[in-house]
Amino acid sequence: MTNMNLYSPGDKVFVYLCMFLISVFALSTLYPFIYIAAISLSTGFEARAGNVVLTPVDTTLAAYEYVVAQREFWVSYRNTFIYTIGGTITSLLFIIPGAYALSRPHLYGRRFWNLMVAFTMWFNAGLIPFFLNMRDLGLLDSYIGIMLGFAINGFNVILLRNFFEAIPQSFEEAARMDGANEFQVLWKVYMPLSKPAIATVTLFCVVGRWNGFFWAMVLLQDGEKIPLQVYLRQVIAQLSDDEEFTATLLDQAYSVETVTAAIIVASIIPVLIFYPFIQKYFNKGIMLGGVKE
Amino acid sequence: MSDASHIKPATKTAPISRGARIVDVLKRDWQLYVMLLPTIIWLLLFLYKPMYGLQIAFKDYSVFRGIANSPWVGFEHFETLFNNDQFIRAIRNTVVISFWSLLIGFPVPILLALLFNEVLNQKFKKTTQTIVYLPHFISSVIIAGIVIAAFAPSAGIVNTAIRALGGDAIYFLTKPEWFRPIFIGTGIWQEAGFQSIVYLAAIAGVSPTLYESAVVDGASRWQMMWKITIPSILPTIIIMLIIRIGNILEVSFEMIILLYQPATYETADVVNTFIYRQGLQGGQYDLAAAAGLFNAVMAFTLVMAANALSKRYSRTSLW
Repeated sequence: MTNMNLYSPGDKVFVYLCMFLISVFALSTLYPFIYIAAISLSTGFEARAGNVVLTPVDTTLAAYEYVVAQREFWVSYRNTFIYTIGGTITSLLFIIPGAYALSRPHLYGRRFWNLMVAFTMWFNAGLIPFFLNMRDLGLLDSYIGIMLGFAINGFNVILLRNFFEAIPQSFEEAARMDGANEFQVLWKVYMPLSKPAIATVTLFCVVGRWNGFFWAMVLLQDGEKIPLQVYLRQVIAQLSDDEEFTATLLDQAYSVETVTAAIIVASIIPVLIFYPFIQKYFNKGIMLGGVKE
Repeated sequence: MSDASHIKPATKTAPISRGARIVDVLKRDWQLYVMLLPTIIWLLLFLYKPMYGLQIAFKDYSVFRGIANSPWVGFEHFETLFNNDQFIRAIRNTVVISFWSLLIGFPVPILLALLFNEVLNQKFKKTTQTIVYLPHFISSVIIAGIVIAAFAPSAGIVNTAIRALGGDAIYFLTKPEWFRPIFIGTGIWQEAGFQSIVYLAAIAGVSPTLYESAVVDGASRWQMMWKITIPSILPTIIIMLIIRIGNILEVSFEMIILLYQPATYETADVVNTFIYRQGLQGGQYDLAAAAGLFNAVMAFTLVMAANALSKRYSRTSLW
């Protein structure tokens, strides 16, 4: 890269201006998170009065104490882990062998099967038929319904298939000589060579599952099965309308605002923990995302 | 990526001729079909079977009779829809919200990528990139929660600032005229950073010799940005623009469901939220399915047109 010392004074001003604009954007990205964290650590009174700007006012852990005392919070937290881990494993069990088969040049009907996958990316039956289908399959209010019903995404299949296709045939010849079957070739040759692509697909699945909200809200009525996002939504929507809850607040150190903020912080923390790990892969993932039919 | 299948020799045996019997194919490749079968069955069961279920858009659907036995009503539901002010409004809102999101939101990631490209300090670059990518990985429920908190009438920071400046507090989320700015702004805030990755990749692909010869000619960084970087990434910009136009009916309705309320339906209600309310909340499955079918056909047409356009433009299809 060019050395800054070689830049003219005008160029230097330009570069600093760019850095300034980036800083503004980055800080405005960061600020809402800091704001929410500050609210979660303030007293209900200060939060309600709108006195929290950047740092906690009258710092207290009352909101967190309230949240961790809620059984529903832990149930939904557990459910989110079940859906994320179970759902991702389910997806990979479908996608990896499927993509491998579709990548084989001599697969009979290959064009047809590929079109069948790609078509689902262009045309979707929509919310109502999908919902009625899930209901008819008896998958409402079911862990399996959530994990199985969203297992495959055409984009992920095609991404992985393209990666498999790009691996030179010569890699598998030795294994073929030793009499390896298709399962062994996939497991011993293609999977180790495809770690970045598999990591990317895994990442997409994990992020999608962790954040999944709409269908969990629609398909799950049972409070014992809802994930964290649906629980959070219920808290945001109901707490403020719940007069009984609001009435109990008068003598408390927490409020609707701080409790909501505390749940938000609690559900962001796992994302932040995994984020550096995620970041390693998603640059690659976006490159791989430049897929073709 | 080139279509490798034409170059690669077939693995174990020669390609099967047209006349070959299915039995022979199965004998040779049964393991591949075992691998493929779960995916095919899944697609049929969860994505193609609902397409069969779409017929309720032309039926008087009753839960007790089921999809197949409900009586046909032709285009009745479509007539109802197009005489329904709410549906017309939903279509209009969908297009208007998408249009403004595109117009305001599309240039932001390009600008960000150009800015990042000028930064030499790698540590600064990496840190700020890490920050601006983050909201993409946060659930829309959380983002909506933050928006609701920040724009709350008394407790929210926005109104605190307005009051500090001597203004009157505004209950933003109940005001139809504020819904779109808030929704579109939230979308840009959440996605612009992450979307810049595509353009950064395009910039990384620009040949360094172009910059080297520009330096020899005494060009400034500003000139190089306009004369080299932007023209070089123009194909990427155009492809992304075509994709966005193709997806113009795809408004992130999940976020709308989280942010709108009856007071703001006027400007906020889009086709998918309309379907959600009529169908999933109101139980009018057939009418809502008709609205969904209309949306899906329009979206499909747009995506196909966009794909054809980009094929012509770049000689590579999108996907």
